[in-house]
Amino acid sequence: MSLAIQLGVVVGYLLVALAVGLVAYRVAGATAEDYYLASRSIGTLVLLFTTFATLLSAFTFFGGPNLAYQAGPEWLIVMGALDGVLFAVLWYVIGYKQWLIGNRNGYLTLGEMLGDRFGSAGLRALVAGISLVWLFPYVMLQQMGAGEAIVGLTNGAVPYWGGAALITAFMIGYVTLAGLRGVAWTDTIQGLFMLSIVWIAAVWVLSAVGGLGAATSSMLAARPEFGSFGGGLYSPAFIVSSAITIAFGVTMFPQINQRFFVAKSGAVLKRSFTLWPVLVLLLFLPAFMIGAWAVGMPIDVPEGANVLPVVLNEYTPVWFAALVIAGAMAAMMSSSDSMLLSGSSYFTRDLYRPFINPDASERREAWLARIGVAAFATLAFFASLLRPGTLIEVGDTAFSGFALLALPVICALYWDRTTRDGMIAGVLVPQVAYLTVVLSSVLPLVPTLPRSVAGGWDIALGLMVLSAVLTVGVSHLTAPTAESDASRFAVAGD
Amino acid sequence: MSRSRRDLLWVPVFAILVAFAVPWPLWGVDYVVAGLPVWIWWHVGWLGLCSLLFSRFVASGAWERGMGVGSGREPAVEGG
Repeated sequence: MSLAIQLGVVVGYLLVALAVGLVAYRVAGATAEDYYLASRSIGTLVLLFTTFATLLSAFTFFGGPNLAYQAGPEWLIVMGALDGVLFAVLWYVIGYKQWLIGNRNGYLTLGEMLGDRFGSAGLRALVAGISLVWLFPYVMLQQMGAGEAIVGLTNGAVPYWGGAALITAFMIGYVTLAGLRGVAWTDTIQGLFMLSIVWIAAVWVLSAVGGLGAATSSMLAARPEFGSFGGGLYSPAFIVSSAITIAFGVTMFPQINQRFFVAKSGAVLKRSFTLWPVLVLLLFLPAFMIGAWAVGMPIDVPEGANVLPVVLNEYTPVWFAALVIAGAMAAMMSSSDSMLLSGSSYFTRDLYRPFINPDASERREAWLARIGVAAFATLAFFASLLRPGTLIEVGDTAFSGFALLALPVICALYWDRTTRDGMIAGVLVPQVAYLTVVLSSVLPLVPTLPRSVAGGWDIALGLMVLSAVLTVGVSHLTAPTAESDASRFAVAGD
Repeated sequence: MSRSRRDLLWVPVFAILVAFAVPWPLWGVDYVVAGLPVWIWWHVGWLGLCSLLFSRFVASGAWERGMGVGSGREPAVEGG
């Protein structure tokens, strides 16, 4: 009986989210700019939540509480510092400048912007290709999270692959039916929904275990080291490398980066930026603390399940636990949709059009994008069945891969002397190095290269430094090509 | 002149905001205050402070001056 309620709530909720997308699709225009950027008409609330919701992923809902459960509530600090503060600063440094440039020249993608500035279709394709590579593990992460969530919720009655397949089907259905406008609206609704429900969940759980003080003291009784800041996994090296790679990585995620082009006005971008730290805190605090408090609760988290659904199942009614998981899955679905949608625009605009078929009709392009999304999500689904790491590990890999793009892009945005060759060297070399490290841990034939050195410093942090050195160094040594045009990035005057 | 020099003060302000979002001075501290470890309260207060200072930064127009884009344009449209 409870299984029926659980699955009914989850599937029902996902269907409602799909319906909202369809309505949005009806009011949407048919041009590429509308499909991808909702005609650059997004207001503060929607921009804030659509950016917020794309961060609402399995990484936050399940990976975060799981890590807090295993290693302590310091994860709240890591995520808060990077998402709440560092990302907000980068929002200005990268986002606002990109918005100014994009608005002048009508860019839709990061690759398009860079390719136009440096007069290089190769650079454009390189940036798009790299972005698609790292998008893959992040989409996979959502499928893994959904699979594990359903295992936790139904106590294993529904297998891991079932949950992963469910979300994959909804992802494909959704993104092929609606464009960014649909995604942006469901993001807003789901963001507000998740924000409220996660607080209700925290209050519910806390009152069941005897209040805030009681929850914290039983947490400390079970794991005394959770009370003191730092220690264990959380070395300064780990905190600093996670915060930097994730915050810089987030700005280069196709779905986030494309958001930098969609604001209706500069004022919208600024208001969103101001509210950001508080919004982030409101979500992370209850979600991660439930994970940390769970160590003091008499619960049993099955192998391969997420801690959040297990806690909710124990202390809240069946329908409520199912509702939270449904909300989280729907938010993940809409994050994945944003990713897939942006990924498909990278594919059609930066790879297919310039290199394969420059004369493709809009209609053909739109269909191609949908087929691409379906194929991409299906491949990611199969890869997610292999479960190559924990949610945090898989997510971190994707973040670091994107982070390697950030410094060359900042260099291009602010330094007129940046050359095409400088960009290509600064982007390509660190990517090849990092990809080698990542693949060495997946492929059984080669020895696994270390991901972190000297007490937790992420190798990606060193590669980020390398990317900056190469971009600046090679730019100094080479002359700008005749096709490049630094004035494309000018924002002052007319 | 002095205005644009004052704008540069935002650089160290942001550096401090980013650096101390992690409660480094409380490393290893394990006091519990009002039901939560004290370093969590630091973080909560810090992010609130960030929002406050971010809004001051936005209102100051320092960014627009630094980029050389007019800051008065958008409100001027609404105000007529």
